[in-house]
Amino acid sequence: MRELALRVDEIVSSDADAADRQTLPLLPLKVCGLTFRAGGRTLIDNLDLALGMHGITMMLGPNGAGKSLLLRLLHGLIAPSSGEISWNGVPLGHSVQERQALVFQKPVLLRRSVGENLDFALRLMGQSSQQRRDELLNRVGLLRLARQPARLLSGGEQQRLALARALAADPQVLLLDEPTASLDPASVQMIEGIVQDASRQGMRIVFVTHDIGQARRLADDVVFMHRGRVAEHAPSKDFFQSPASEAARDFLAGRIVL
Amino acid sequence: MHDFAEAFRLAFALAASGDADLIEIIALSLQVSLTALLASSVIGFGLGTLVAVARFPGRGAAIVAFNTLMGLPPVVVGLLVYLMLSRAGPLGVFGLLYTPAAMIIAQTILITPIIAALSRQIVEDLFLEYDELFRSMSVPTHQAMAAVLWDARFSLVTVALAGFGRAIAEVGAVMIVGGNIDHLTRVMTTAIALETSKGDLALALALGIVLLVISMTVNAMALSLRTTAARQAYA
Repeated sequence: MRELALRVDEIVSSDADAADRQTLPLLPLKVCGLTFRAGGRTLIDNLDLALGMHGITMMLGPNGAGKSLLLRLLHGLIAPSSGEISWNGVPLGHSVQERQALVFQKPVLLRRSVGENLDFALRLMGQSSQQRRDELLNRVGLLRLARQPARLLSGGEQQRLALARALAADPQVLLLDEPTASLDPASVQMIEGIVQDASRQGMRIVFVTHDIGQARRLADDVVFMHRGRVAEHAPSKDFFQSPASEAARDFLAGRIVL
Repeated sequence: MHDFAEAFRLAFALAASGDADLIEIIALSLQVSLTALLASSVIGFGLGTLVAVARFPGRGAAIVAFNTLMGLPPVVVGLLVYLMLSRAGPLGVFGLLYTPAAMIIAQTILITPIIAALSRQIVEDLFLEYDELFRSMSVPTHQAMAAVLWDARFSLVTVALAGFGRAIAEVGAVMIVGGNIDHLTRVMTTAIALETSKGDLALALALGIVLLVISMTVNAMALSLRTTAARQAYA
């Protein structure tokens, strides 16, 4: 009987630990000497970065600068060649990853209806309920399309569904990899609105883009990347008024950055 | 030419008359092939999914083996099953030779590699498509596998129908292990072979037409499924 009581205590305690881990803040983020090599090339080169607790960080830079790659590294989808990533002192792992959500540039949707795509994410979180599903769909303006096959949605609608699915996990950190690339202005505006709402509700946003206008509209701070390194990390106002690096100045002036 | 005309006339006459012998042969053909399909689907989908999703030493060899075994000659399968089930064989004690069970075993061996190889390819393609998403969402492996199998269901049903087509049209293996015994192990293909050897080409062709109609029905079902899936953008 005593053994059973102890085991129950252990289970309760481990559940409490899990709950603690879920609510513990993921930030600040600290990245030291991060390097990623592939195919004989160094794509992320000894990169250092620190991100604070709040706001929207826009990762800006030319194509091939390593923005999307860095996002994947921060999320743990790929392993670095060397260097360290720690989220509030905790190295990357399952417990960190499940408190983040990543929205891909090209949304990957299950071969199911819009609603069922969300149900899948909610079931994973143990929160499967039609009310929650409808609430999320309403938030991204897709409630009326709940029964449509997800793959028949337009590009903008698909990306909003992917965003709703990410929000279903109620993550502390939302990583967005060029979610508005090749979308029409109305869709871009809608997605930006959802992201700003999420940020206002306390979600930390890391948003990859090469759209300068979008960065101006959304950023609290800007990480400018060039050749696999952070060329500059500054508050949005400082970055756009007086960029410190030559690469950033060229990029903002519309010149080709090699 | 006369044989063809006679065959069609006979086929329709047989179908219209509801000939008891013909119905018995068709029923046994369907029973054997559908049972073999069920067994092959359980084994083949399981093996196919495992090889598609898991990474283990010898995985490449398993894929090569599946693909190679897709072309298994039915007579070789028949011979192997015959050796296993004959009195002197390791499974001789069960007395299954020349029974429908032996034919089911032979057809199961014949179509399992087809179902395993094709389902492996389908599941692996879809799994690769979902892989980053599932890892990003920390989806447990068993849930990921279930989700992929569910989402690939239309394609997998097509695979099963392909397996059924192969089984129902097969003659070599069932002839060897079944023996083509009247009212016991005679199926459409063995009956066609027998009638041809007896020189009753019209009856053989009539049975062939019935077999063709079943095969066409299966193919039409496969096409209809794929069309439905494509229309709904699930495929």
